[in-house]
Amino acid sequence: MRRDIHALGIAGAALLAGLAILAVGLGLAGYDPGAALTALGTGAFGSWNAFTGVTLVRATPLILIGLGFALALRGGALNIGAEGQFYLGAIAATWVGVHASGWSAWIALPAVAGAGLAAGAAWIVVPVILRIRFGVLEAISTLVLNFVADALVSLMVLGPLQEPSGTYPQSAPIALGARLPMLPGTRLHAGFLVAVLLALALSWVFARTWWGFRLLALGTGPRAAEVSGRVPARRMLATALLGSAALAGLAGAFEVSGVSYALYQNLSPGYGFTAIAVALLARLRPPAIIVTGVLFGALEAGAGAMQRDAGIPAVAVYVVEAVIILVLLLGEAASRRRAMRPMVADVVKGTP
Amino acid sequence: MQAAGVTADVLAAAVAIATPLALAAIGETLAERSGVINLGIEGAMLFGALGGAIGASVAGPGAGLLLGTVAGVLVAALFAAVAVGAGADQVITGTAVTLGCVGLTGTIYRQFYGAGGVGLSLPTLPPLPIPLLSRLPLVGGAFFTQPVTTYLAGAAIPLTWWLLFRTRAGLALRAAGEDSAAARAAGVSVRRARVIAVLVGGAFAGVAGATLVLAQVGTFTERMTAGRGFIAIAIVVLGRWNPVGAGLAALLFGLATALQFAFQAAGWEVPYQLFLMLPYLLTLVALAGVVGRVKAPGALGKNEE
Repeated sequence: MRRDIHALGIAGAALLAGLAILAVGLGLAGYDPGAALTALGTGAFGSWNAFTGVTLVRATPLILIGLGFALALRGGALNIGAEGQFYLGAIAATWVGVHASGWSAWIALPAVAGAGLAAGAAWIVVPVILRIRFGVLEAISTLVLNFVADALVSLMVLGPLQEPSGTYPQSAPIALGARLPMLPGTRLHAGFLVAVLLALALSWVFARTWWGFRLLALGTGPRAAEVSGRVPARRMLATALLGSAALAGLAGAFEVSGVSYALYQNLSPGYGFTAIAVALLARLRPPAIIVTGVLFGALEAGAGAMQRDAGIPAVAVYVVEAVIILVLLLGEAASRRRAMRPMVADVVKGTP
Repeated sequence: MQAAGVTADVLAAAVAIATPLALAAIGETLAERSGVINLGIEGAMLFGALGGAIGASVAGPGAGLLLGTVAGVLVAALFAAVAVGAGADQVITGTAVTLGCVGLTGTIYRQFYGAGGVGLSLPTLPPLPIPLLSRLPLVGGAFFTQPVTTYLAGAAIPLTWWLLFRTRAGLALRAAGEDSAAARAAGVSVRRARVIAVLVGGAFAGVAGATLVLAQVGTFTERMTAGRGFIAIAIVVLGRWNPVGAGLAALLFGLATALQFAFQAAGWEVPYQLFLMLPYLLTLVALAGVVGRVKAPGALGKNEE
């Protein structure tokens, strides 16, 4: 409990530091920080529509990918390739979606989601093999595959999946049955609910199952875990990475099926990287990832309003995200000798 | 005759595209050989590009190169302070540094040049034909009629190779990257070696970014590096953590992109994206250690114990 409060303190401090540096920086640059933060807040929380239709829509992929990042990092692996896995999920979902005309939603939606999960997971198979067979850093291999995924999206929207007239680099709209329903009274698709449920499910897995406990043991002390003979290290690592990528793929599928209804390039404004901040700020705890996901969704939603209303480039919020991650890393490093593993170890000691 | 002309054009374009990639990859090779993987070089490159643009608009392309270098070193210093100094996770630190640079450069750029998105036109580095060599068929235009930054990359390759593999300092640097505990036992200051390698790597990334502006695009735009810093990390792998290999691998990436443009210009219905994928797929093969027996530095990504 005390550890939770301590963790919450560090997270709060990191967030405040990020916003403070943004405000000071904007002030120094001659902008009006008050107007900027007001625009940011209004854009994110100003109305029911802004909150549900922009903030929570943005939060959905961040929560899903953040959960995936946490899943892998709990086992000691870094999945930096969520961006690519997201696109693979989006491609697969589009493929199913454009062929689903006349399907009932009861068939089309599970097919779309399943395609996203499977395609995302498939995209990490090679990095998993490289890591397990050759000891290759998964951070590098997953990063490299992001570029291949980019090229693949380009290939698809100019080739097999291009809209029928062949003019625009995008796919045809997906069938009506393949579109996620909106939650009543909002412009928020049901994928948000799925993300929240998945967070709760993962929380249960991490906190209450033997598997979750062993995964943490693996991430905390890989040598000890392996030597103990109680942790099938390779299989668990593979499962964690596959799950991580599947979640990113699902995020891509939901983005197509709930927001864009078509595939095009630059569908993701960098969700894969922002989600790292989401997971770290939540200290890899799924329920907290819901909160930090919404928070970062709000930041990105507010950024648009900030650019519109106060003339401040939307990318400025990336500075906030960077400061948050760096402050968290420094906080960890200051309180202990090594950085990430203690964060994992922390979860063992406290009640997750 | 015409085919030869096209080939020469494609090769010249490939060298031009490869130049910033090679510069960044040479710097990252040094950092990774010391045991540090710096994903922040994408950010350092972006800042180098902005520094290059600002410097050039104030005092010409030479000043641009200088300011770009300084900007790259500053970004690398931030990374080094957190990842090496405080011992935080390298990959996450690098990602954060890059995110921050995207935000900062985007904001500073608007501050300098306004939000209108009017393409500013900067004085650029002219091609400097090298006497005699530039007259060689095919390679003359491609390798010896290029801006000064290409020659800079060309000179840096043997220089850094010599530094890494033929000097005591290089030995210490590689020891720090292979086994930090053993290196320390042998009297090497692992931390110092790593900080220096990261800072030099940042300087290279900064020059690379400035090159992008001053020798290729002639303007600065938001997020203009578009992942080239991350590509450099793939190039380091494909180049087997060796500056010579990095130069060749960069050329391969440059060739893939140049071919894409050539195909598009020719209006061929070739799925050029396959060319774009090829170097990355080769990188994955290289990662598996199937090609050659060179492995990644043993302590890569691990902080001092």
